[in-house]
Amino acid sequence: MSTAVGRPVNRVDGRCKVTGAARYTAEIVLPGLVHAAVVGADIPSGRVTAIGEERTRAADGVLSVLTHENLSRIATQPPLLPSLLGTAAPGETFFPMQDDVVHYAGQPVAIVIADSHERAQYAASLLDVTYERTDSTTTIDEGRAAAYEAETLFGRLLPARNERGDVVTALARAPVRVDVAHHYAANHHNALEPSATTAVWYGEHLTLYDSTMGIRASQLTVASLLGVPISHVRVITEFVGGGFGGKALTWPHVTLAAMAARHVRRPVRLSLTRPQTYTSNGHREEQEQWVSLGATKDGLLTAVRHEKLSVTSPFDDWAEPATGVTTQLYACENYLGFHRLIRGNTMTPTFTRCPGESLGVSTLEVAMDKLAYATGVDPVELRLRNHASVDDRGNAWSSDGLEECLRTGARRFGWAQRDPEPRSRREGDWLIGSGMSVAAYPVAFFMPVQQARVRIYSDGSAVMQSGTQEFGTGSTTVMTQVAADGLGMDIRDVTFESGDTDLPNASASVGSMGASMVSAAVHNAAVELRRQLVAMAVADTGSPLHGADPSAVVVHGSRMSLDDTAGAGESYAELMRRNHLTMTEALGSWTPPPMDTPHGLLTFGAHFVEVAVDPELGLVRVRRMVGVFAPGRVLNPKLARSQLMGGMLWGMSQALLEGNQMDPRLGRWGARNLGEYLVPVNADVPDVTVEFVDVTDTVVNPLGVKGVGEVGQVATAAAVMNAVFHATGRRIEKLPMTPELVMDPPDTPA
Amino acid sequence: MSMRVNGDLHEIGLEPRVSLLDALRDHLGLTGSKKGCDQGTCGACTVWVQGRPVLACLTLAVACEDREITTIEGIAPADGLHPVQRAFIEHDAFQCGYCTSGQIMSAVALLRDGGAETDDEIAEYMSGNICRCAAYPNIRAAIREVRDADLETSGRA
Amino acid sequence: MRPLGYTRVSTVDTAVAAVGADATSTFLAGGTTEVDLIRLGVSRPDVLVDINSLPLKEIAYTNDGGLRIGALARMSDVARSPEVTYNFPALSQSLLLGASEQLRNMASMGGNLCQRTRCAYFRDAVSPCNKREPGTGCSALDGLNRGHAVLGTSEQCIATHPSDAGVAMVAFDAIVHTVGPSGARSIPIDDFYLLPGASPDVEHPLEHGELIVGIEVPPAPSARRSLYLKFRDRQSYEFALVSVAAAIEVREGRVADVRLALGGVGTKPWRARRAEVALTGGPATPQAFANAAAHELEPASPRRYNAFKVPMAQRAMVRALTRAMNGGA
Repeated sequence: MSTAVGRPVNRVDGRCKVTGAARYTAEIVLPGLVHAAVVGADIPSGRVTAIGEERTRAADGVLSVLTHENLSRIATQPPLLPSLLGTAAPGETFFPMQDDVVHYAGQPVAIVIADSHERAQYAASLLDVTYERTDSTTTIDEGRAAAYEAETLFGRLLPARNERGDVVTALARAPVRVDVAHHYAANHHNALEPSATTAVWYGEHLTLYDSTMGIRASQLTVASLLGVPISHVRVITEFVGGGFGGKALTWPHVTLAAMAARHVRRPVRLSLTRPQTYTSNGHREEQEQWVSLGATKDGLLTAVRHEKLSVTSPFDDWAEPATGVTTQLYACENYLGFHRLIRGNTMTPTFTRCPGESLGVSTLEVAMDKLAYATGVDPVELRLRNHASVDDRGNAWSSDGLEECLRTGARRFGWAQRDPEPRSRREGDWLIGSGMSVAAYPVAFFMPVQQARVRIYSDGSAVMQSGTQEFGTGSTTVMTQVAADGLGMDIRDVTFESGDTDLPNASASVGSMGASMVSAAVHNAAVELRRQLVAMAVADTGSPLHGADPSAVVVHGSRMSLDDTAGAGESYAELMRRNHLTMTEALGSWTPPPMDTPHGLLTFGAHFVEVAVDPELGLVRVRRMVGVFAPGRVLNPKLARSQLMGGMLWGMSQALLEGNQMDPRLGRWGARNLGEYLVPVNADVPDVTVEFVDVTDTVVNPLGVKGVGEVGQVATAAAVMNAVFHATGRRIEKLPMTPELVMDPPDTPA
Repeated sequence: MSMRVNGDLHEIGLEPRVSLLDALRDHLGLTGSKKGCDQGTCGACTVWVQGRPVLACLTLAVACEDREITTIEGIAPADGLHPVQRAFIEHDAFQCGYCTSGQIMSAVALLRDGGAETDDEIAEYMSGNICRCAAYPNIRAAIREVRDADLETSGRA
Repeated sequence: MRPLGYTRVSTVDTAVAAVGADATSTFLAGGTTEVDLIRLGVSRPDVLVDINSLPLKEIAYTNDGGLRIGALARMSDVARSPEVTYNFPALSQSLLLGASEQLRNMASMGGNLCQRTRCAYFRDAVSPCNKREPGTGCSALDGLNRGHAVLGTSEQCIATHPSDAGVAMVAFDAIVHTVGPSGARSIPIDDFYLLPGASPDVEHPLEHGELIVGIEVPPAPSARRSLYLKFRDRQSYEFALVSVAAAIEVREGRVADVRLALGGVGTKPWRARRAEVALTGGPATPQAFANAAAHELEPASPRRYNAFKVPMAQRAMVRALTRAMNGGA
């Protein structure tokens, strides 16, 4: 009986965002607030041998200088686990300024605290740090010989190797074989709001204002590192200026802000500068991937081999898992997937939007495009032929929809009119090409019990609360919708509050699970409170509903009535006032299905892309993008479309613009600002078509929500790569596909 | 020094090194203008000086004495919304909201000055405002809507 | 940012006197380069002399049909002024393809000509860099040099000059007018930009306290059909990988006059004189364009990551000449 869910409701926080009234973390003002500036190491490896503080201490407004020599020691370093687990979740298992060792460039070596941001930054620039440099490894090329196979990924959550059948023999015997070897540059999140933390101590109690995708992770991580009770740490985040994974885990600067505030006994704001964001909250690691496919002449897969090599930090075995979809998207008896790592002088890589699958499935989907050409089977038909009906454990999909996504997308795009011949269409200086790919993203049940609390007041207004956070996904809006429907209320009478660890527990909003897990708890809380109020009404001799069968009572616009007698009924407010109830509340929770729940769990979609390529100059322009997705129930199509479009455009950007490169001599990232690390601007972006395929999912959660945060970006890059091949006849094997890679070599025939 | 911001005259003591952006955010409490890069590469700090969109991060506050500053807080009456603000909400032209103030300051200037006749013109003019959530198509749609409504009311459509 | 003194002046003479008298001071115009570099710790003045109140904003025709542009005219005003769009379209286009609308509203024309390289090693304030700290070495030679120059380089510096407008200006033989402690003078723009040679820290033949007051663009018959093409990774708000300002006058199939300049590939805005000489008087054919372009790039010194700029620049020149011959962009 949905009235708000499924409607394209405008963002409930829209007004404060368009008026500038929304306050982000670095805009929180506290009495006596002072400012901390981090000094990062200039070298990637070695030791701090001396720190000259005189000029810094003499600068205007300086209150204190913290280094490894005077910073307090951490209590307990928690292990690295994804914040979705609801545990402490440090971005890396290394905490800086505990000794003089430097493991990566940008590692904090000092903190300067002053009475203004400008003064702190300047005083920090005066610090005279002397280093002893040792040899470093920061690139795949430097570390290739020392690569090792990872046993597990994600803090032992996932096996790094997955195998079935005999892939070696199957590849050797395959009538058709294709191979892909790709190099992918590192990516940085570049949320427009640099991470910031404001810390204030009230006696033994700490409040942190933190720009984070997981307030609970910040709370638990900081409590562990500082050795204070969890109950003494409160984390608040009202608005977050984008996350994209860079704010999914709790990085050292958060705890450093708390330490600085304790040291100077004043509230401290620590805002990372834009350059510091490249060495403070992780990145998507530089990586190479190989996919080999064996197939019959009809294109049926007989073997799939998928290997990844990437750079991790000195302390953690981190790789975004590349093979989680490859192992199950297409039916194939012989499969091998594994990950190899190189220990390098970088910080620990981390989740970056569409972790793992954006590039993992891209590698697979370029291989599938090659297979389509090798077999003469249409690329869409090839996917349909191979799409598995069950997952790699033999479980049926909780919901599917891939076939409809492919067929709808092909129709919307006009795929049938495509001449598959490469380099066959020219418009002036431009070659035109089109490409497609399949998207699929896992639905993961890593999270603990999710909770929400709802209150109705005697004036008929309601507030739903859950300790989740809003960083642009639209959670505040969709949770208001879910709460309103669950309560049987008008959306205008319901407020959703989040962003405070004093609220009921929710996990970090990562892995496309934010909307699904929190909506489940919100829904359950709302339905529980409605049940309680209906039960009260039917038991209340003063109620028009007295004696009614509670299951026959419906609620619309806060009014309880019997569905067959429109006249008899009353509102929640009338019931509560008569019973002298100022406020009544209910707690709702949702326990996720077990991780080994016997269903295939993927969210499916399909991409179709048209590009224009200037082959002389190597320019690629994306002209059209069509994405069709089956994300289960769509809570708000307007906001879901925006999320999916954002993901698709991130994929486009990953294909064409985004990449960072280490200068191995200096061991530093080449790009450390938005003029050098290129993200798309308005002129780069075409209009985007996003469509939904309706699938009902009764497994994943009560509302059947599968999530839209990542799937838009899965293998989008592959669709662009395949389109560039179709346009030019040349396969580009590196991302981003910059002009020097795309431009025709000399003497290429037109 | 004195600064006129959104029509109000402010007397503030500032070091010459303080940027207009920090002056607005940290000294006047006008935090609608955002700090995304502090390097002139993102556009989140776009404000108007003498009616023209500029980057507040590369402008020294002290150089704005006697100049008229307009920020996102000043483009609509306190209880109302500018048509561009309304269109941004309607077209979901933002997600996290961090670039939004700057986008709107550019968009309002574009519509005021003309030059939004084609999507290409809009895209080029708006390319100094990075939106990492990539709401660009929706931003263009919002600007188109206000442009077309203006044309209708002015009888030129 | 370092502590700064600040003073605002209202005449050219007081501006020149103020900066000329204090070696730690510098002019502040639009601030788009200077404020950025001070914050980065690359530029280290103690005092800023704000010249924005000086009466140097005119954009007007000269008596002979050329242009006179005040040093403080803003990029966006120059780009859209009818005098420029009609008679010198390449200049207008070069301005509109530079930076963003906000930056174009801030940046002055004089400042644009003086803008500093975007070389990341120069800007990071810590890497060895002969331009920033003479004698420390050049990190870009064997570093990440995709954006760096292939023409006009030296073993001391391969930093690219980032200006777009400067490229159009060198194509049009603009003249830079200055006033300094030693008086007023006029400098041909090609001489205004110095090659890095052994002293990449010296970019212009200006003495301390010498202020650009205006830029004069002489009339040129081919200028009205000139164009500026800019190629880059992004479609906007990015410096050029390669850009070309071109104007060509063809009579009876032969090149009567040609002006060609390159951006993104040189340590200064690069007048393609070798190509111009090769083309002048010869046939206006695609093959002749390609030969001339190849000739221009013969002295190029490509490095590991920027070698692509050599063929890219050649192809861009051919395209620009072809379009200019066919009547503009």
